[in-house]
Amino acid sequence: MPPVVPTEFTPFASLAGGVLIGLSAVMVMALFGRIAGIAGVSRGALGMTPVDGAGDWGWRIAFVAGLLAAPLAVTAATGASVQQTVSGNLPGMAVAGLLVGVGTALGSGCTSGHGVCGLARLSVRSLAAVLTFMAFAAATVLVLRHVL
Amino acid sequence: MTLLVLLRPLLGALAGLVFGIGLVVSGMSDPAKVLNFLDVLGAWDPSLAFVMGGAAATTFVGYRLAWRRARPLAMPAFDVPRTQAIDAPLLSGAALFGMGWGIGGFCPGPAWTALPLMAPGTLAFLPAMLLGLWLGGRAKGLPAFHAAPSRP
Repeated sequence: MPPVVPTEFTPFASLAGGVLIGLSAVMVMALFGRIAGIAGVSRGALGMTPVDGAGDWGWRIAFVAGLLAAPLAVTAATGASVQQTVSGNLPGMAVAGLLVGVGTALGSGCTSGHGVCGLARLSVRSLAAVLTFMAFAAATVLVLRHVL
Repeated sequence: MTLLVLLRPLLGALAGLVFGIGLVVSGMSDPAKVLNFLDVLGAWDPSLAFVMGGAAATTFVGYRLAWRRARPLAMPAFDVPRTQAIDAPLLSGAALFGMGWGIGGFCPGPAWTALPLMAPGTLAFLPAMLLGLWLGGRAKGLPAFHAAPSRP
């Protein structure tokens, strides 16, 4: 684990960012009739799961391109570089990536698919997923930071 | 609908851009902030509760407006998950995802927005995540999980 990097409590920026994420999820539903779950969008974009023809594939790959462009757009607009601290423990990050990929594919959703879209649909299945991944994530941080 | 159909890739990119800007503005793109949110007994930073709350509330209202139409604007039909089962693939997948999220501080969206910043940890995380997305899809088909076909 890297040393704990203190972060500032940012309720207003976080709420505003959350509303933007919600607006995007609504755009995806209103335009394409799909759930804006990034795990699922990525799987569809990369051909890992069947999609409903070329039209259902094109928006997904474009959506991922939009995600990639976002930090560059923010930097271009504000002139400030995007603040980010990523662990330099490369084996640890590879294990984390594998767990996130396997888990979100097996569990049919991630923070956006179950957390944002699923809760907005009042899906009990998504609520069960959210409670489970939140509990396991908090327990993992607890063990890594306070037990080991 | 024809014009919007032609514009599908552009609209998809715009939705992705808005989503990604939301991740960056909210701070969710920063693993340090995510890990501090999860560190309830330590350096707790509750900001991400505001991200989730703002996103879910906006989506709750917006979905109901979107569903007033018989079909989406740029596709022939809505395709929303119908699965309701709280089953083994769901819970074991969510548990594995939670562990990975707690180790790395990245979930799938922020892993993509981090890529252009090229941190070494991101370059280790993202390919492993993509491999995992593929493996997890295969695993769901195993007889051990009698999972119904599902969409994310």
